[in-house]
Amino acid sequence: MPKLSLSHFEMSLLFALLASVALGITGKGTRTEQFRYAIYCFGSFVLAVFGIGWLMYLGHG
Amino acid sequence: MAEAAKPQNPSAGKATVAEKKNWIAPVLATWAIPGSGYFMLGKTGRGGLMMGVSVVMFLLGLMMRGTFFEPRNEDLLTTVIYTGGYLCHLASGGLYFLAKAFGYSAPDVAGHVVDYGTKMIVGAGLVNVLSLVDVFEIATGKKQ
Repeated sequence: MPKLSLSHFEMSLLFALLASVALGITGKGTRTEQFRYAIYCFGSFVLAVFGIGWLMYLGHG
Repeated sequence: MAEAAKPQNPSAGKATVAEKKNWIAPVLATWAIPGSGYFMLGKTGRGGLMMGVSVVMFLLGLMMRGTFFEPRNEDLLTTVIYTGGYLCHLASGGLYFLAKAFGYSAPDVAGHVVDYGTKMIVGAGLVNVLSLVDVFEIATGKKQ
């Protein structure tokens, strides 16, 4: 099996994308609602990545 | 009229019991092969996407050389993490047992790639738990 090596940011985005699709499908009923919810979840993930990333950077000194 | 209505009730009752039992096969199928329960319920689009997410997440985890958790009985945090991780692996069903059958085993080494791989594998199990609940709700008519 090939070995995959990505950066922290790329892997977090990949995880966010896959998790958002799953949350969108299971979280809402209609296609439009599912799509919107998946976009919302992905945006929240990305926002959390940047927010927590900055918090860790500033907290580290 | 009351006598004519009586024979309909037992058959209606049987249909309801049968409908309630119908969730077992799709839920078991989803556990064994992620997403397959949706296909049994005629939700092919959802099934394809959920199967894709579970399988891709699990395979990415393997490609990142993520490790499999084994249950440990040490301090509380270690027990929760390792036993919880193992339960998530079990929730992946067929994917986990297939990887084990093919002899997949990666050492738990320090590094962000391996760490993300482990989380991807655990995530695949959690996604399958979402699928199991969703399939159950669709099969029992609580959700469309």
